[in-house]
Amino acid sequence: MTETEPLVRVEGLVKHFPITRGILIRRQVGAVQAVDDVTFSIARGETLGLVGESGCGKTTVGRTVLGLYPATAGAIVIDGHHVRTAKGAELMAIRRKAQMIFQDPYASLNPRWTVGAIVGEPLRVHKLCRDEKERLDRVKELMQLVGLSPRLINRFPHEFSGGQRQRIGIARALASQPLFVICDEPISALDVSIQAQVVNLLEDLQERFGLTYLFIAHDLSMVRHLCTRVAVMYLGVLVEMAQRDEVYESPLHPYTQSLLSAVPVPDPQVARSRKRVLLEGEVPSPINPPGGCRFHLRCPQAEARCATDRPAWRDVGGGHWVACHRV
Amino acid sequence: MERPLLLDVADLQTRFHTPEGTVYAVNGISYRLHEGETLAMVGESGCGKSVSMMSILGLIPIPPGEIVSGTARYRDRDLLRMSEEELEQVRGKEIAMIFQDPMTSLNPVLTVGKQITEMLQKHMGMKPAEAADRAVQLLEWVGIPDARRRLADYPHQFSGGMRQRVMIAMQLACTPSILIADEPTTALDVTIQAQIMDLVIRLREEVGMAMIWITHNLGVVAGLAERVMVMYAGFIVEEANVDDLFQDPRHPYTIALLAALPRVDRRRDRRLKSIPGAPPSLLVKPRGCPFAPRCEFVIARCQSEMPPLELIAPRHKIACWVDVLRGGSR
Amino acid sequence: MSDTTEALSAIPQFAADELEAPPLSLRQLAWRRFRRHKMALFGAVMLALLFVYCFGGALWVSEDYANYTDTKARLQAPSVSHPFGTDTVGRDILARTIYGGQISLIIGLTAMLVELVIGVLIGALSGYYGGWLDSILMRFTEAVFVIPQLFLLIVMAKFFGGKVPNLTLLGRTFSGSVVVVILIIGATSWVYLARIVRAEFISLKEREFILAARAIGTPARQIIFGHILPNSIAPIIVSATLSVAAAILSESYISFLGMGVQAPTATWGNMLEGAMNYIEEAPWFWIFPGTLIVLTVLSINFLGDGLRDALDPRSRVV
Repeated sequence: MTETEPLVRVEGLVKHFPITRGILIRRQVGAVQAVDDVTFSIARGETLGLVGESGCGKTTVGRTVLGLYPATAGAIVIDGHHVRTAKGAELMAIRRKAQMIFQDPYASLNPRWTVGAIVGEPLRVHKLCRDEKERLDRVKELMQLVGLSPRLINRFPHEFSGGQRQRIGIARALASQPLFVICDEPISALDVSIQAQVVNLLEDLQERFGLTYLFIAHDLSMVRHLCTRVAVMYLGVLVEMAQRDEVYESPLHPYTQSLLSAVPVPDPQVARSRKRVLLEGEVPSPINPPGGCRFHLRCPQAEARCATDRPAWRDVGGGHWVACHRV
Repeated sequence: MERPLLLDVADLQTRFHTPEGTVYAVNGISYRLHEGETLAMVGESGCGKSVSMMSILGLIPIPPGEIVSGTARYRDRDLLRMSEEELEQVRGKEIAMIFQDPMTSLNPVLTVGKQITEMLQKHMGMKPAEAADRAVQLLEWVGIPDARRRLADYPHQFSGGMRQRVMIAMQLACTPSILIADEPTTALDVTIQAQIMDLVIRLREEVGMAMIWITHNLGVVAGLAERVMVMYAGFIVEEANVDDLFQDPRHPYTIALLAALPRVDRRRDRRLKSIPGAPPSLLVKPRGCPFAPRCEFVIARCQSEMPPLELIAPRHKIACWVDVLRGGSR
Repeated sequence: MSDTTEALSAIPQFAADELEAPPLSLRQLAWRRFRRHKMALFGAVMLALLFVYCFGGALWVSEDYANYTDTKARLQAPSVSHPFGTDTVGRDILARTIYGGQISLIIGLTAMLVELVIGVLIGALSGYYGGWLDSILMRFTEAVFVIPQLFLLIVMAKFFGGKVPNLTLLGRTFSGSVVVVILIIGATSWVYLARIVRAEFISLKEREFILAARAIGTPARQIIFGHILPNSIAPIIVSATLSVAAAILSESYISFLGMGVQAPTATWGNMLEGAMNYIEEAPWFWIFPGTLIVLTVLSINFLGDGLRDALDPRSRVV
């Protein structure tokens, strides 16, 4: 495989959650169109930020990319493996190479397992250690790596603070020495002073192991800080994707523009002088999303064709992707 | 120009007696709120910012809670020494509150219209028909489309942002003189948060009320507040006008907090500065400055003695032994 | 800054004793939690005493004596020769509670085990996999559920009765009817447990730590038994302890209808039934087996309570 081939390639990804009725014979009466035709790729060693408001489908994208939810349509390739068709040894290879860090540091660790068992699970499942002793040593090494004292190996998750638990989750994700890690809102449950610790840790680990991240978040400031490229999602579709500073300094899509203008800035002088593009109304339901452009109902620049034609997802130059008729 | 004093809280101390031990939640805080002023109370989870507000409004369950000392003078009356009946008169009518989750204050089995009209009849002595018309006005006022029809809806039929609007409408119906907002936009998306903040800023001018806005989000503070108090482990560590606090922070915690925040409007120029460690356990009786173990300016005195909140410049107070500009003791 | 120095310095300061305490093994921790549960200790001791009474007592009294009828000594009140009195045909109640207890305890505990195996398996498969498997298993469960248990018990007892050979255990011959009763009770009482387990599995399988296990590649069997089951242990233990009591009582129903454990073999259940017409005249007739049933049920419930706490790492160790 060549170096220029992206590590992760997602093409036309669709994920619908069927809504069923009936007891013995289930029939489908509708679908939550959580993700609808999403295409992107992630180069080796880069961090792609995936941002959007709650319910836009960003978490579903992450889980579907790893095959935790079966995709409805589309192709997902991680390091040459097709996630949707992988079975047996190939699926285990994907599980070893791609890992996930979760949002909720309380729900993502089994409350009845010790830290040692939690961090050692990937080592056990993938049989990466010869014996018990080697595994314990490796677990301690991983704990040290994420800034936890190895003496705490026999403690339970509830004995740790939120930030420490998130470190346990990171150690677990790194245990199988993955190439690709999906970080699903890893800091949104943490306090500000702890967020910076975790973000810096993620950066250090990326540098040290050459990791590739998909960083899913709603905190646009943190995404700008951490990511090399940023993709913006709205109601199940990608609306814009480009290099970090390009998205933040010259956003093309009206949704990106208003989203960025809504982020509060910790500087009162800037806050007073900033112009905000306030959006009307709220995000429609993904069960019956609007036709045409999904954003047209709230878009300050919408025109007639936005209600009928779905704008194409295209590269408008320099790797700046956008889906809007007006661009 | 000093506006008339509205609320004067002095030496408030609140503790909780739990099976794990005594939780030192609020450790002697003092502050003043003037008419029409917007005060922000910033801090991380567990710093005592909500507890301090609940304490002065008599919303702390006693036991396990205990208000050890303090006064909270509101218009020549001490809120901490009022009977429950007197407090009920003040709460909702003169001092209004909105919370992070409006569902905790809305009754899920009654329609929104019923709840608003009942409140208007009780607090304002309105007739049912008059109250219904006023309810429609109120909902329109806070920007709920199709207000008359939506009166028949139940709280769960509203989205998070709309529910918060309903809450605001109910709380502002009696034109209170103080609105206490406890993280009202934390659970909302940024675009909805921006809508609610705009709404509150508009209503603040129309009603002419003072506001205490409790939040952990420094961005929200910058866009909203006139004065800011920074809390840490149950203490106020810095208090200043909003511009001074952000341009010229003097307490090491405030400085570190601002340095830990990335900016959406600026290119990345450095790694984030992280604050090592975690906030102290509130189960330990505070001795010395609670931030000392994480502080980069720490001196010997910090370990043994809690610095008082003192003026260091006009309208700028900090609780710190160190002069961060020169280094060393103040 | 190097990779980990900053991260390392970020470890919160632990109180001295927190670090000094040597890490305890899981078993030690569980034992500590169990030990401070006074009622559970009482339950465990009481249950042990009941076992000693039933199985140790058999060393002093023979089974023949327990079944020996002495028509001259009918319905005698407790005395030196018959400390618990005698029944309608002059059998010694003390001896009968010993031998009856063996059968009642065995029925109670093994019927619970049968129920646990079936209920947990069906509930777990149904809840974890969902879809058509869930539909089939739950329709089956509901089918068992809507048939009155007593009716099922009677039909199955009638059908299987006498078809199972006797078996010898602990030097004592048990009639085949005991095995039949155990299987019947186990096979009819798992429905509640299956539904509880299914509900637990459905809610737990959406939790992030299960997603994390799936992302790691943990096989389904390990997710079910290693992750989800330990987290649903509390309602399972509660349900299991209650079902021991229910099994002891169920046995007495079928015995009463003449289809359970056959006379002259005693069980606490059929002794109670026998006492039905003598509640006022001969209270000793029901007080002793009745008290033993109550003690057993209570101690198992206390024990279950303690186990539930002991197995929960979130409960504090003092």
